[in-house]
Amino acid sequence: MNPISAGDVIASPHAHGGGSVCMTMRRVMFALTPATLFGLWLFGWPAINLFVISLGSCLLFELISQLLMGKSPTLGDGSALLTGWLLALTLPPWAPWWTGVVGGFIAIVIGKQVFGGLGQNLFNPAMVARVALLVSFPVVMTQWVAPQPLGSPAAPGFVESVRITLTAPPLPDAVASASLLGHAKTEQSRGVDLVKAFASPTAPVTSPVGLRAGSLGESASLLLLAGGLYLLFVKVIGWQTPLAVLAGIAVPAAIAHGLDPTHYLGVGAHLLSGAAILGAFFIATDYVTSPNTAAGQLIFGLGVGLLTWIIRTWGGYPEGMAFAVLLMNALAPVIDRYLKPRILGRRRDGRELEPAQS
Amino acid sequence: MGFMERLIPHWGVHPDDRKRPAADAPVRRMPMPTRLYVPLLQHIGAPARPIVLVGQHVFKGQLLAEPQGMVSAAIHAPTSGTVVAIGEIVAPHPSGLPLVAVTIEADGEDRWADLVGCNDPFALDPQEIARRVAKAGVVGMGGATFPSAVKLAGGLRAKISTLIANGGECEPYLSCDDRLMRDRAADIVDGIRIVLHATGAREALVGIEDNKPEAIAAMQQVAAAFPEVRVRPVPTRYPMGSDRQLIMELTGCEVPADSRAFDVGILVHNVGTLAAVRAAIRFGQPLVSRLVTLNGGALRAPGNIEVPIGALAEEVIAFANGFKETPARLVLGGPMMGIQLPHARVPVVKSTSGILALTAAEAAGQNLRGPEPCIRCGSCVRACPVGLLPLEMARRIASADFSGAVDFGLKDCIACGCCAYVCPARIPLVQYFNHTKGELAALERAKLRAEATKKLVAARAERIERETREKAETAARRKADRDAAKKAAAAAAAAAAPSEETAA
Ligand code: SF4
Ligand code: SF4
Repeated sequence: MNPISAGDVIASPHAHGGGSVCMTMRRVMFALTPATLFGLWLFGWPAINLFVISLGSCLLFELISQLLMGKSPTLGDGSALLTGWLLALTLPPWAPWWTGVVGGFIAIVIGKQVFGGLGQNLFNPAMVARVALLVSFPVVMTQWVAPQPLGSPAAPGFVESVRITLTAPPLPDAVASASLLGHAKTEQSRGVDLVKAFASPTAPVTSPVGLRAGSLGESASLLLLAGGLYLLFVKVIGWQTPLAVLAGIAVPAAIAHGLDPTHYLGVGAHLLSGAAILGAFFIATDYVTSPNTAAGQLIFGLGVGLLTWIIRTWGGYPEGMAFAVLLMNALAPVIDRYLKPRILGRRRDGRELEPAQS
Repeated sequence: MGFMERLIPHWGVHPDDRKRPAADAPVRRMPMPTRLYVPLLQHIGAPARPIVLVGQHVFKGQLLAEPQGMVSAAIHAPTSGTVVAIGEIVAPHPSGLPLVAVTIEADGEDRWADLVGCNDPFALDPQEIARRVAKAGVVGMGGATFPSAVKLAGGLRAKISTLIANGGECEPYLSCDDRLMRDRAADIVDGIRIVLHATGAREALVGIEDNKPEAIAAMQQVAAAFPEVRVRPVPTRYPMGSDRQLIMELTGCEVPADSRAFDVGILVHNVGTLAAVRAAIRFGQPLVSRLVTLNGGALRAPGNIEVPIGALAEEVIAFANGFKETPARLVLGGPMMGIQLPHARVPVVKSTSGILALTAAEAAGQNLRGPEPCIRCGSCVRACPVGLLPLEMARRIASADFSGAVDFGLKDCIACGCCAYVCPARIPLVQYFNHTKGELAALERAKLRAEATKKLVAARAERIERETREKAETAARRKADRDAAKKAAAAAAAAAAPSEETAA
């Protein structure tokens, strides 16, 4: 008897590199883990609550929308989990429970499923949610707390944290803090120049380690960088996007700061505060919403970086990464259309090469 | 893979090559099976036309079928014996469509026909070499199966300057070319020099992937005596052995998309083909056997085996002690571009470089629950050696927009499989592309047929019209004739009448 059943013929190749969507997502989450753990430690139980709520909401909304549309659920691919994760990292660490839920709804249902699900969305779902929340609830979304590490005397206990998450009481002065970018913006709008604004001992500082006020998961720049380098190493992302984003922020920052330090923040302040590193390695690199070619990614990244710097410097909001990403998301299809790779043996316009005698 | 390779993306992929231990095992020669099934179409082009009769006795190397048409190749008897059938068998092709073959029952003597060799090939006229290669039925043995003589003649006409001996063998698992270069380097170099003479090319570059150090050393040793033959190791990266990619790597020359290699002065021959050319010229031996790699986790004794053309894959596997475990998939050729065999009762042909019996773990690839949606990761774009956008082509094909896929370069796709190999969503991209190319070819044929039919219909209509017209004309003429005759008669009668009257 022949051992092979004459079933459907399977096309070549008869080998596979072994990658999978789920593994890719897992690697990104793995890369985010150190910075996330740091953020959760730094901001304590309220942050942990918010993190759990964001992830849970995204999973739930993904499940509900897929069931409503009669699709078989694909929670296992990890994409909804990752969206929830990224969303949580960009929220103020002590934000109330409903920011996670509303954010999850916007990200998954409006940002992704109405476009047709995984791979079909034009905009980065987590950024759609973050921007929608920021525009609708500007006060809640800019309420930063000074680091309250777990175990430190001032840190709220679990029971206290539930109250904070559920009722979002006004923050006591000892806890409330400005982010560096927020501080710069406020002081400048009061007419204080930046050199003076940062001369005061209470002014926010940059901290590569991440002991600073800011969104839940954006502060630990070095840990985020390490995660990003890991993603580069395992080839989940290419170097083009992150490098271009950072350059897009750093180059104009360096020039402007060099010309006029009283009005423009320096490179360090730009890169080590706000969502620069998180955005460069984890958000602008989102496959679905960024270009597919190396050249396209360079342009896309530069655009994100530059827009971020512009919005931070002259815009109405202290942080501009989310807006910049969304704006460039909209351009990604155009970039892809104009920067197709050259086909072997053809010119860029698709015509045949002239034969060159060797 | 070096650090720089990580930094600067290159086309292609680095599959696990799994060539050893099969590549290191000495070549085994398979005993002659009792029956051989020799297909008449083992090459690109028109099938050969059989010239033997059922019941006829043939010698090994005797012509069974002669080429017909411009692109075709002769087929010879792989052993001496009796022709017992000329008819359809299951073809080594995924369609499972039958193919016409000559079935020979071996007489066990394996007696060669009278062969005409040549002691000094370099004294032969180049055109005579191409003629003799044609007579020996040599075709590209790397998989393309293009008749070699046609290529030689083309190369001579195009005045090529460089011959590339393709020893890339970039497909994982396969090692028949590796083995051939290690064991018969002198034959290959001799073949190279014969082809240089036959085409007028000045130099030969032997491209060998650097995962075959023994083959490189063996070839270098022989080639050292001939300055016109240079051995050039190339980085191991699939599909380095693909013609255009190898040409690019070795010469920096980019073959225009719709042209052939000889338009840029280059001719590429697989090393196995070069050895076959040499046997054809030196000894007059036609191509009746070849080296086949038997490999895969389901086999007991992987290795390279000298197999007569027409032996069944089943018999080759049995000769190598059969299966260790039930294979999940049988593949003819390499894992990247080979075709799945529905069963092993298919004959080895001139292009059969390997027979693979893969275990479930090795053949893993397709997602059991079907492909996931494309996450636009761009892996396929980076992997494609041609510079295509597989994800965009697949998206067009999924929405039945075939012309959209063509606009994205579908026709330049070489079906190498890099894109599907790396796709994390495990979308069967090559299947999409091949299917669409098939559909487009069918459409094209249908269009041609429709045009031909239209022409025929038009011609028929015209003929009918012409005939009716002619008939009408004839009828009119006849009528006119008749009328004229009548008139004449009447006139005559009238003329006669008065006289009659007068007569009356
Ligand atoms: S199969 Fe076609 S599209 Fe895919 S990598 Fe190869 S040439 Fe490119
Ligand atoms: S490799 Fe697969 S998932 Fe990634 S872009 Fe290509 S088709 Fe889409």
